[in-house]
Amino acid sequence: MNSSQLLGITTFAYLFSAVLYIAILVFRAKKIGLFATLVTAGAFLVNTAGIGLRWYESHQMGIGYAPLSNMYESLVFFAWSIALVYLFMEIRYKNRVLGAFSMPFAALAMILAGLKNPDIKPLIPALQSNWLIAHVITCFIGYAAFAVASGMGIMYLVKDRRTDKTAAPLIASLPELKVIDDIIHKTLVFGFLWLTAGIITGAVWANSAWGTYWSWDPKETWSLITWFVYAATLHARFTRGWGGRRIAWLAIGGFVSVMFTYYGVNFLLSGLHSYGGN
Amino acid sequence: MKKTENMVWRFFASVRLALFTLLILATTSVIGTLIPQKNPPEFYIESFGQRTAQFFQMLDVPDMYNSWWFLSLLFLFSINLIVCTIDRLPNVWQMVVLNNLDTDPERLEKMPHRQLFHASGNTAALTETAIALLAKNGWKAAHENKPDGSLIFSQKTPWSRLGVYAVHLSILVIFAGAIIGSLLGFKAGVMIPEGSASDTVYESRTGSPIPLGFTVQCDDFNVAYYADGATPKEFRSILTVQENGKTMIDKRPIIVNDPLDYKGITFYQSSYEPMQGFNVVITNTNTKVSQSFQIPFGQKISWADGGIDFGIINQEVRSRMGDVNRLKVWFSDGQGEPSIFWMDNSASQTITTPTATYEFAASQVYATGLQVAKDPGVWTVYAGCTLMLIGLYVAFFLSHRRIWVYITREENGDRCRILVCGASSKNKIAFEKEFAALVQGFTNDSSFQNA
Repeated sequence: MNSSQLLGITTFAYLFSAVLYIAILVFRAKKIGLFATLVTAGAFLVNTAGIGLRWYESHQMGIGYAPLSNMYESLVFFAWSIALVYLFMEIRYKNRVLGAFSMPFAALAMILAGLKNPDIKPLIPALQSNWLIAHVITCFIGYAAFAVASGMGIMYLVKDRRTDKTAAPLIASLPELKVIDDIIHKTLVFGFLWLTAGIITGAVWANSAWGTYWSWDPKETWSLITWFVYAATLHARFTRGWGGRRIAWLAIGGFVSVMFTYYGVNFLLSGLHSYGGN
Repeated sequence: MKKTENMVWRFFASVRLALFTLLILATTSVIGTLIPQKNPPEFYIESFGQRTAQFFQMLDVPDMYNSWWFLSLLFLFSINLIVCTIDRLPNVWQMVVLNNLDTDPERLEKMPHRQLFHASGNTAALTETAIALLAKNGWKAAHENKPDGSLIFSQKTPWSRLGVYAVHLSILVIFAGAIIGSLLGFKAGVMIPEGSASDTVYESRTGSPIPLGFTVQCDDFNVAYYADGATPKEFRSILTVQENGKTMIDKRPIIVNDPLDYKGITFYQSSYEPMQGFNVVITNTNTKVSQSFQIPFGQKISWADGGIDFGIINQEVRSRMGDVNRLKVWFSDGQGEPSIFWMDNSASQTITTPTATYEFAASQVYATGLQVAKDPGVWTVYAGCTLMLIGLYVAFFLSHRRIWVYITREENGDRCRILVCGASSKNKIAFEKEFAALVQGFTNDSSFQNA
């Protein structure tokens, strides 16, 4: 059993988990709720084991490093973070319907990882730093929270659109708008703290490697743009009382900016972060 | 006049302006990620055409993050932060230091969270019981006797109201650090060939020389590769710093992510350049006589004392940069046939002739590329970053929670009326639970009856 196989299993397990949660929502099959949770928790453990094994394998190859250094590894870690954030929310809010809007992101991240080359490649000198670990972990916990927040944003809009008309039973099983709104807000706040920490750890690392903590490279700039978008969103909410549909849309829009920072910049723009694209 | 002043003040203190500035900063920042920055003017003419390029130059697009208009936006952002803070902080500060035992009883009756109890007994005894109950639930309380009874108050993290201002301040601290860095610091670079020293570095943008006041010598430079032979594993320079003829730092190795710092100037391993030449060391293993040479490629060199002629007659290059992977040596000590062999770069080879054996070591001469930075503002920036993280945590996850217990003697009879009430600056749902737990504590206590 090698790490690629474990992570392959993870992909199917997350996909299965997403399907189960959607089934709970669509068929109101509450009976399979516990099963869905167990599948998700199991998938999360396999994902964790996969990352751990990959770490071990890299040491076996004599090039030991934390597996957070390229697009494949970051996607795997992104999926792991999404599952972690989701499981935390399921326990906290005791609501499995949230899974239908969260776990598809984890499955999608693993599918995208599957399209990448999973070979373990040694680290180039620029990446040989403990700041790599701090930077990637903080960023991706933030990204995962924003992914879940955008899922909740979609859920809000779905629920809100349908309550105008006849309340279908499907929609009725979604949490109340007020509750979704609160979850979106809490997730955004959580993500914002981690995004900030991610930008800061990146800056400290850049300074120890190049002597500049900020150089307006496209990746840096896009992370700042994302930060501005969420900062504006939080101000609109805290001080101008925005909520509901508008914040739901901003949660979705913010996540588009996150995805561009993470994914788009590597393919469409060039810069110092180019190693993230491999 | 007063009114316009007020209007200007309101404008700069407004959240509307903050939202506007944040969104404008976000949108304009996109430009510099789409249009490559800091290229020479010809690049923009070639890529975008004469007229567009001219338009770009007019608006400083090729260096937009340092342009007058982008810096003005950041300035506007700072003014907004400062004015907003001056505008709001005094009131918030009042809330933090407020003596809540002075709270008007009428306001207590309108608190968002309230519960009424009755109890028999005198106010002094009930006050004591209530304070003990609060303490049991984690609320450290103070009290004050009132004309008609007693008021107990307890609060948690009143200073959490300042969290958001700490975040605002942190942004200004980071800006201050950036300004210190740009006024008093520099970013520069220098190439130093192995065995050479430099007392000057060259400003990254303008190329103008900056004297260091000391010299940096590159004793050695090496690139190590992974087993695949293509991926670099380590770039390592050995540096020696000398000042006034005295060695201050002796043979300190630096690698990427581990720079050398001397007198606030930091030297980062950044690049390297293979040079046309080799360091050669020949040792006669019988006599132990040894000699070093720095020789050019393709030239016959004589070591008269050793009676040896040698040269590097061919090389195999690893990359377009010209790093030599293997080299071909011609060697003769006049005894028998000359030795001709291939050897790896940075390795050594034993040569046996009819009368002697030699160790022949050769490595290509490199120049190390150092990035040199002086940034006295960096610790200010880091202090700002730390303050920001602490501030965000406080602003998001802590709230100012207040509990009052107001005990009054009822006019008829010997019962007391007890009002338990509270408020939280944010996160009302969590406070609701905390308040309910406290109320439960009162309900469970036999002294109090639910009203």
